[in-house]
Amino acid sequence: MADSIPAVRHERARAPVQVRLFGDRIFNTATFILALSILALLFGLAVALIADSFPAIRAFGLHFFISADWDPVNEQYGALPFIYGTFVSSFIALALAVPLSLGVALCLSEMAPDWLSHRLGFLVDLLAAIPSVVYGLWAVFVMGPWIRDHVEPPLAHWFGWLPLFQGPKVAVGMLSAGIILAIMIIPYISSVCTDVFRVVPHTQREAALALGATKWEMVKTAVIPYGMTGVIGAIILGLGRALGETIAVAMVIGNSAQISASLFKPAATLASVIANEFAEATSDLYVAALIELGLVLLILGIVLNVVARALVLVVQQRRYRETGK
Amino acid sequence: MAAGVSNLHGETSYRYRKFKSDSMMAITVGATILTLIPLFLVLGYLLTKGVASLNWAFFTHMPAPVGEAGGGMANAIVGTLEVVGIACLIGVPIGVGAGLYLAANRASQFTNWVRFSADVLMGVPSIVVGIFAYAVIVRPFGGFSTLAGSVALAAIMIPLVTRTTEEMVLLVPPELREASLALGVPHWRTTLSVVARTALSGITTGVILAVARVSGETAPLLFTAFGNRFWSTSLFHPINTLTVQVYTYAISPFADWQRQAWAGALVLTGIILALELGVRWVTGGAAKAPR
Amino acid sequence: MGDGRGGESAKVAMAEKLVVKNLNAYFHKNRALHDVSLSFEQDRIAAIIGPSGCGKSTLVRCLNRMHEVVPGATATGEVLLDGNNIYADGVDPVQVRRRIGMVFQKPTPFPTMSIEDNVAAGLTLNGVQISHAERHEVIERSLRQAALWEEVKDRLRRPGGSLSGGQQQRLCVARALAVQPEVLLMDEPCSALDPISTARIEELLLELKSAYTIVIVTHNMQQAARCSDMTAFMYTGDLVEYGETKQIFTNPTRRETEDYITGRFG
Repeated sequence: MADSIPAVRHERARAPVQVRLFGDRIFNTATFILALSILALLFGLAVALIADSFPAIRAFGLHFFISADWDPVNEQYGALPFIYGTFVSSFIALALAVPLSLGVALCLSEMAPDWLSHRLGFLVDLLAAIPSVVYGLWAVFVMGPWIRDHVEPPLAHWFGWLPLFQGPKVAVGMLSAGIILAIMIIPYISSVCTDVFRVVPHTQREAALALGATKWEMVKTAVIPYGMTGVIGAIILGLGRALGETIAVAMVIGNSAQISASLFKPAATLASVIANEFAEATSDLYVAALIELGLVLLILGIVLNVVARALVLVVQQRRYRETGK
Repeated sequence: MAAGVSNLHGETSYRYRKFKSDSMMAITVGATILTLIPLFLVLGYLLTKGVASLNWAFFTHMPAPVGEAGGGMANAIVGTLEVVGIACLIGVPIGVGAGLYLAANRASQFTNWVRFSADVLMGVPSIVVGIFAYAVIVRPFGGFSTLAGSVALAAIMIPLVTRTTEEMVLLVPPELREASLALGVPHWRTTLSVVARTALSGITTGVILAVARVSGETAPLLFTAFGNRFWSTSLFHPINTLTVQVYTYAISPFADWQRQAWAGALVLTGIILALELGVRWVTGGAAKAPR
Repeated sequence: MGDGRGGESAKVAMAEKLVVKNLNAYFHKNRALHDVSLSFEQDRIAAIIGPSGCGKSTLVRCLNRMHEVVPGATATGEVLLDGNNIYADGVDPVQVRRRIGMVFQKPTPFPTMSIEDNVAAGLTLNGVQISHAERHEVIERSLRQAALWEEVKDRLRRPGGSLSGGQQQRLCVARALAVQPEVLLMDEPCSALDPISTARIEELLLELKSAYTIVIVTHNMQQAARCSDMTAFMYTGDLVEYGETKQIFTNPTRRETEDYITGRFG
């Protein structure tokens, strides 16, 4: 049958799915523009912050980052106290949150039976659902005073020889900020770690168990090393959260632009000083200096996010290579 | 495999190793309990202090003048609804549309850049987004406004909604898309009426979680929506919101305001947890906001 | 494009409904079909058989321009529907697909739609304005044609996904029939079904034969032998042999065909 048809050749390849219909063209253009608006949003964010902080950048240059003098009355602006406060409070938060998050993640992925694991995971996730201002409120009226009365005295008693734990015991300060931050970032770190541990292949676990390893040895030799990259990614993600967290910190850190070795003393972070002073900033230079602090936060946020996502991606791709899922 | 295996033939070692293993695993359980304590403490204090402070006037009255007791947060409740509502009007179409684009154009370099931008935007501190809204809305318009607050919240919602939409659309079996195309349905109609329609419950879940997330935001509203002690629903005037009102009252020196801050925090948390729990209950616990 | 499924042309036996000329199909640079030429006749069932990866699905997907939906997939050559090339410039693939319906390997009822909405989906989604009575008529006729009416008439508003696998596949047939196509392409329609459902679909094919040109891809040789009039055997992208089913199965002219049918490979 096929032989009876005269051979007429059409060599030109057709383009795939030509958008022939008007509706398709409108739809594709519209969604393209909406997708483009996300690029524009990120770009606009960066441009707006750079442009609006320009007066401060021009006035202070790099001196802005090494000056500890934040004096709106005399129009002198140095970011160092806030950079210091941001990193120290975030460091306290990580020091507390990382071990706890790893504990939670191991408990959920290795210990708890499925039904319990999901319920506990849900509760831990709820920690992320509570608004920042509610944590702040609770920290101001409940947690802060409790830390002043029950945490700071023993710390001063036993470790008072360290400059970290000297000075008057007050409810608001670096330590309170670090602790509330830790509570707020645990759900982020633990949920990523739980996911990372859950995808450790069974063959890895079984190989360890078959050698007579106990559960903990199995975790130590198979689970944690395998998930290490993801764990580091999760920690960086948590650090990103901690650096940018604003309201709860603004409410309990005491807001004082000073650099002090004592963790009991009030301090301020990049985000908290913006929250506290922005609406009242009177001069253009003052606003520009605050926006430059925001620019620093933006850059930190972007860098940490990119690094963290790259690490988590590495884990996913490795899993893809190994299991094809 | 070091210590454990080399000790395999030791006499006392196994009991010790077993003990060590059990203790470490017990520590993980302890860590989980320790982590959950603040959750229950916060919720517990909210309930006890909040319920005690909550009354009908809280929902129906305006804030009392400075120094006077009583009053409520009626304007803040309406304000939160308005700011978040307008943020949805701006953010949901952009996020869903962009998500559909990302899911439909998997291979292009442009798609990778957009997805990357969305991920980066999710990591931008919300107060920075507030500064952005201040720079592009408050400054040009010459004052704090509902619109500025909504733009800030929309900018936070957009990447969340985009990524959820993309993920949910990718979960739709490609066969459905083909089946629709084979019926002679145009691409755009297939995408909207079959693919997006099938992914709709997932997309809605993502939108609700994004709404829950931005409803609790304070920082980006401080110098955009700003707050207002009076009744206002105008798009171009400052407006009160629950979060900003709770913040202002919480750091105030007046006991009665602090009392109302607890009531406001209870209502705020109640709304957000209702959204989160509602979504999880409906979806059987599978829902999770992108981070 | 032709006069559609007119009274006269339908009665002319052996009328060539769909003619394929020198069809080549590609996935990026890889050629999946090599110069395939054959024709499908009105009111007859043609089966395409061959080992997996031989290009039989690709061929059938080229017949209503579904091939090009896959990114990177292209095709050259001609496919004539009533003498008009569906690959000619300016031909809208969407219009082609309305005349050449398709049923897929896996049952694909739209999960968000009820049974009746699934049947009417082709009309609704194409924006066809019809009255309530007409709509009901289309639904009942299509479901009757697909031999599903008696089983679902009391639960038309239940979701399409609530049916069994075999019923879902018949629902997909009904959905394809509702837009009144002239040709029905079936890409391994029974591969996901149990034997009883398969038998049901085969019966259905024989019933539909009098009104449609049917092309069915199958990896099941018994199925091809049972229900087709014509059989094409494909191997590694080439059309090896095409002829009357009886002849292909009893007296194939080509060695590869014989090997495949006797189970020596594939």
